Parts: sequence; C-alpha cells; structure tokens
Amino acid sequence: MANLESDFVGIKSPNPFWLASAPPTDKEYNVRRAFEAGWGGVVWKTLGSEGPPVVNVNGPRYGAIHGADRRLLGLNNIELITDRPLEVNLEEMARVKRDYPDHAVIASVMVPCEEEEWKRILPMIAETGCDGFELNFGCPHGMAERGMGSAVGQVPDYIEMVARWCKEATDLPVIVKLTPNITNILYPAEAALRGGADAVSLINTINSITSVNLDAMSPEPMIDGKGTHGGYCGPAVKPIAMNMVAEIARNPETARLPISGIGGITTWRDAAEFMALGAGNVQVCTAAMTYGFKIVQEMISGLSQWMDEKGYESTADFVGMATPNVTDWQYLNLNHITKAEINQDDCISCGRCYAACEDTSHQAIAMSEDRVFTVKDDECVACNLCVNVCPVEGCITMRTLDAGEMDERTDTPVAAEYGNWTTHPNNPMAKAAE
Amino acid sequence: MSNTPFSEGIQSGRLKPAELTENFGDIHPRFDEHEALVAADRCYFCHDAPCMTACPTDIDIPLFIRQIATGTPEAAAKTIFSQNILGGMCARVCPTETLCEEVCVREVAEGKPVEIGRLQRFATDKLVETGEHPFERAEATGKKIAVVGAGPAGLSAAHRLAGYGHDVTVFDARSKAGGLNEFGIAAYKSVDSFAEREVDWLLKIGGITVETGKKLGDGLSLAFLQADYDAVFLGIGLGGVNALGVDGEDKDGVDDAVDFIADLRQAKDLGDLPIGRDVVVIGGGMTAVDAAVQAKLLGALNVSLVYRRGKDRMNASEFEQDLAASKGVRIITNASPKAVIGNGAVREIEFEYTDDDLKPTGQTVCLPADQVFKAIGQTLEGDGLPELERGKIKVDGTGRTSVDGIWAGGDCATGGDDLTVTAVAEGRDAAEDINAALSA
Repeated sequence: MANLESDFVGIKSPNPFWLASAPPTDKEYNVRRAFEAGWGGVVWKTLGSEGPPVVNVNGPRYGAIHGADRRLLGLNNIELITDRPLEVNLEEMARVKRDYPDHAVIASVMVPCEEEEWKRILPMIAETGCDGFELNFGCPHGMAERGMGSAVGQVPDYIEMVARWCKEATDLPVIVKLTPNITNILYPAEAALRGGADAVSLINTINSITSVNLDAMSPEPMIDGKGTHGGYCGPAVKPIAMNMVAEIARNPETARLPISGIGGITTWRDAAEFMALGAGNVQVCTAAMTYGFKIVQEMISGLSQWMDEKGYESTADFVGMATPNVTDWQYLNLNHITKAEINQDDCISCGRCYAACEDTSHQAIAMSEDRVFTVKDDECVACNLCVNVCPVEGCITMRTLDAGEMDERTDTPVAAEYGNWTTHPNNPMAKAAE
Repeated sequence: MSNTPFSEGIQSGRLKPAELTENFGDIHPRFDEHEALVAADRCYFCHDAPCMTACPTDIDIPLFIRQIATGTPEAAAKTIFSQNILGGMCARVCPTETLCEEVCVREVAEGKPVEIGRLQRFATDKLVETGEHPFERAEATGKKIAVVGAGPAGLSAAHRLAGYGHDVTVFDARSKAGGLNEFGIAAYKSVDSFAEREVDWLLKIGGITVETGKKLGDGLSLAFLQADYDAVFLGIGLGGVNALGVDGEDKDGVDDAVDFIADLRQAKDLGDLPIGRDVVVIGGGMTAVDAAVQAKLLGALNVSLVYRRGKDRMNASEFEQDLAASKGVRIITNASPKAVIGNGAVREIEFEYTDDDLKPTGQTVCLPADQVFKAIGQTLEGDGLPELERGKIKVDGTGRTSVDGIWAGGDCATGGDDLTVTAVAEGRDAAEDINAALSA
C-alpha cells in the first residue's frame, strides 16, 4: 500500500492534499470538518493586520462558467481576505493545531508592504503553533487596489524584499504564493528564490469577468448594477496553472525551488499530473467548494491505487518525473510521424470528426454515403483535432508510423533518426546536424 | 426434438437452443467502459445522499461512482465491498427502482435516475474478475464460530467474522453454497455461474470452511454447535413452502415455484427442462414473477400470473411486473384459487374473484393449466430454534436471538424484508455484534 504521507519543505501532513487559502479555510468549524473528512493540511484563509478587519460586499461574491449538465467548470470571486478579527483567527488556529498536531496548518498572510508590519505579525501568528507561512502576493481583486496581493506579486523586486523580511522574522518555512496575472512566471519565482523563500505556491486566481447580464448591462456577479473583475479558478484554469508549474520546475535557476501546485485540481489524476510536473504537494479549493470536503476521499483512494499500480512507494518517487519531458517546441522530433485511425467498431457515426477536419483542418477524413468515416493518410497531418472532438473516448487514436514506412502525405519514408527544427533545412538559422 | 410451444402437456425442448440462449441471456448486460463513464458522469455527488440512505447496506454510492468517473473502478469496488461483500450479486438482483434509484435526485428531477445498479455491477465485476480479494484477515483470535446457512446472510456474516480473525465454519443443507443467490434467483439475473464465482471469490479471505449437505435437525444439532463453537449465527432462510389449501392441490403438475427456479438454475441444458403449454403461477412476489417469466422464456405458450389482491399490493416491484408483462406473461389480479381440477393431473384451475380485502365476490373463472406453480410464500422450518415471532426467529437490532450465544439474520429472522441486500446487512451487523461480544 502506497504511503501518501507528505513532507513539503519540512511540513508534514498525512497526505499531499491541502485546502488552499480561501473561504473553506476561514474558520475553525470548517477546518475541523476538513480534517475529519481526510484533508492533509490547510492554508488558513489570509490574515490581515490587526485592527478593524476588511469588509466584504453584501451582494453575490461568486460568478461561474458551467459546462454541459451544469457542471461547474470555472468559478470567480470578489471576496477579500478574512473579514474576521485577527485575534479570533489566531485563537482558532491554535486550537485546531493543538487538536490536529499531525495535520499541516499554514497561515496565509497579507499586510501592507512595510517591513515592520510583516515583522510584527509573523511572530504573533507563529504562536498559534502553525507550521509555516504563505505570503499572499496573488489576490487580483480588492486588495490589489490597496497595494497588496497581486500588486506586490506583479513586481519581482517587492516579492524579493518581502520574502527576505519574512525569512528574517521567522524560522518557519515561508511559501510565496504567485499570481498568474503576469507575463512570465519565472520573474516572480526567481525573485522569491532570491528573497530566500522556501517554496512557491501557484497559481492564485486569474483576473476575469465570467458573464455579463444583458438586461442590466453589467458584469456578473452584479452588485447594485455594477460588477468588477474577480479571481478565476476551478477546472478551467488547470492547464494555465500546470504550464506555470512546469516552467518553474524546468528552469535551471528555479529547478530546486519546491512548488505547491494549485489550480483546478478536482481528482486524484489532476493532483498526480501537477506533481509529475514538479509540484511537491497540491492545494485544492474549487473542488471542495463544489462537492464538499468528502471529495478528498476519491483523491486519496485514487492516488494510492495509481501509486500501487506503478510501484511508487511515496509521493517523492514520482514528483517531477514529467519535468524533463517538458521541452521547447524547437526540440520536438519532426521525424515522429503519426496518422489518425478511426475504430469502426467504436464509431457512432456522429460525423463531428468529419466536420472539424473538412471545415477547419486538412480535409483528411472521408465520409461515405452510409456514414462510414475513414482517415485519408495522404492528407492527415496528425493534428489530433478529430481525436479531441470525438465524443467516444478511445475511438480515434494516433498510430505512430514505423521508421522506413511511407508517409503518404509527403511521399517520403519515415526517417529513423531524431530531427528537430534547429537542424531542419527550412530553418534559416539551422545549424548543421552533428 | 419436435416439441413446440403448442405441444400439449408438460414437455421439454419447446424452443430451439439458440432461442433459449437468447431468452436466458443477461437481463442488464454490463456497461462497457464508455457507458460506465457516461452514466457515472450524471451523478451529482450529493451531500448525505438519499441513495446511500436508501441502501440497506449503506454503500457510499456517490463516492464509488466518482471513483468510476475518475478511472479507478477497483477503488469503487472496494468502497462497495467494504459495506456489502455481496455487492456483485446485489448489483444484479436488488430492486434498485424501489431503493437507491427511486430516491436519486435525478429521478426526482428528470424521471431518469443515475443507473446505480449497473454502475455497481461495472465496478464489482472489474475487481472480482481480477481474482484479487481486497481484504485481509486480522490476526487469528482462536475463536470458532458456526454459521448455519451459506446464503447471503450467512456468507456476509462469515466474511466479516473471518476478517476479524475468527475461524468460521459455514454449514449448508444443499450441495453448494450460495443459498438463494445460487438456487433462488431467475437465471437471466445471474448468468455465467456468477453466484458460484462470487462465493469462491468471497472465500479467498481465508478462515472460512464450508460444509455442504449439513442440515439443522438432520445430522446437525444446535446444541452441538453451541457446545463446540464460541458463537452461532443462523441464516437458514425459509425452507418450507405455503400450501394453497384447496381441493386437488396434490394433482400431478402442481409444483412449488422455488423448486422450478432451483432446477432451472442448476440445469445443464435448458432444453431438457419440461414446462407446460398452459402455465399458471399463483402469487404476487418476486418468486412468482421469476417463475412466470422463466416459464414463458422456456417456451410455454400461455403463462398467467394470478394474484389474489390488486396490482398495487403485489410484492413484486413495478419493474418486475412490467418485465413479466413485456415477456408475455398475463397478470390477473383479484383472484383466489378455489380448486385444482383434473383427472390425476391438473387440467384447469378455478379461481374466485376477490376484492382487496379478500372478500369473495361469488364470481369464478377457470384457467386451462397443465402446470401450476405455487409461489404464495415460504415458511421457517426446524425444531428447537430460539423464540419465534410471527413465524420467524425473533431478533433485536443486532441480530441477537432469545438464546445467549445465538444470532440470526436474513429471511429466517424478524426484521428482514426478504431482500438479498437486507440479508447481507443483517449478516454483517450480527457479525459486528458477535465480534464485539467475543472481544469483550
């Protein structure tokens, strides 16, 4: 039986599934329920400075994108950091940590960009017995307008500076949470590393407007006839998040920087994918908000079954295993040639592959009068669009041509050797093959 | 063979082998991978799910469906088996339309529930077919437990007790373990010897010895079991069949439906099994439907199922009634048998129309019949059993009987509702109580 115990920058938890800093972790009540349901750790909802807490809107805070059958694919929110007094949160954190010593409790923190603010609050929070800090440099709405959240995360120098203050103020691990609302995720990640951060976590939410009310002519969620951009999350953002995780993991300068992966993780497979790309653990929010805390049971059973099947004894065995296979386009093997194949037994003759290929791709699928669909190898460029639009999983697959086999499209035999763009004759910058 | 559905009397080989094979094929064929994913996708993962509450064994249905949806049907099977070790058979025989699927929120919303039973079958078949058994025994306790009856209740109890490290001996009167799963369920609900394969798979946990051909009161005494074992669990079912109590009942061609169903399940070749041209089944429960439908599928020309009260009082679910009707069984209600008529063998049977309170109307009807199956309920058999209540062994919520050290569950005990799944739950819960009692 696979061991799911997790050690992320020295923070131990019974499994690698943490709840991200967000509404599900705002209160002792929720966090206790989460731990009872099986979550390995929580990043407590972001704490702000002492004094009167922030206030939230009193109208709707969330907007959503639904897929077929009203499946929630993307969620956005305009909620701010915790709106409960700091001392209340600290008392509750201390009680929870005392009762769940084996679970991870991380404090998310966001205070103004002043050294004394950060250096005063961190030791105060550390008294709760929490296991580490996550610096919220990510929230894109509300707090950013006040010079915090993503306003800090978008300026690498600020990230470095605040991370350094925090490392001076505490011995506990410091995780910097990154915003995706930037041009290149490596700049903030490198800044966090320079500042001495123990790890980064990403992604925070993405600036978004999920829908427009066409009667009121206002973005949703609408507050008294007006709306504002909110932070987008959920399954829809997973591809964006995974790319950013991979970019940090494969960048030589940041390759050793531990990553806590966040962004649309809903199933064990999502978690395994993030971890294969280099995340040491994962954080989840939208899935819990959609289905409840119990959802973690599937993540635990699924990940351990998969690890058993693959022979991985601990999560460290597979973390980062896919990272070396993330490369630049120019290094992809141009001599690797595939052709689509339609399994006629599985085909239900809907014709979506035909429409997609005929109208928008390479006219490489033939349709007979009795609705039999076949691939024209002499036209197929193996774009994979037919595979992706086919409603039957596994019905259309890609067959790899053997070396020496004729590619009917180009009338040339498949080359046995690896060949990429850097050495391709059409590349004006091509170097001679060695 | 030259017999056809028109051949007079009780004859075998009324249909061609190919027709029989088709007729007795799987009633709900297993989902393929694609169908399972599409069906699983419809589950909303409800909180405190109504389906789970409706399941007598409390299977975590939303969790197992999600495990199917995320590509881990083996984990789904484990979720099912941890609550119901006979989850494979229950997936086939549970009247889901009156249990989990009836309360599915999508049944309420769209009139089309998530197909929980078929999803359960998909997951459990996957795991059973790997041959792997997902549970391990705890360290041996040295305690010995006798389980009488290798049906759903007994097997469920035996498995749970073996899991706790106790040594279990299961006694059964028949030649094979399985109880009603093996002998009492329509063949099209459990094809390819599934009941037998399920028992073999269940026994892989170890620590269970099955002794067949051992019947209580016939070479096996309760006193002996009490003396030799640390605890006894009775899951002996209902061995007796109720009589019609009318004239002519002893004529040839008047048989017990349970025997017909058992013979059919054990038949090597369905073509050898004789069936009447005009068959009348008396009763309104699952056994009556199973017998009537199978009589029709064997090639009987006319099959009537006659029940003494109204349709809504029948114990057979609406799905079962519709199944019977779709196979060509004629359902006649509000008619009580009055006399079996014939010279030596039954020729016809006379009924009197009765209202829902069984008040006779004085109007009678005669149905031609060369074979009559009685399916009007079964009774507990045996002497020297613990205290009875309304003809069944009296038990409390944990399966304890009036006798210290003897537990009971399944059809033979009070509290059940004659469902496989309820028997499994009762066997499991009694095992928990036995374990607690032995560990105290």
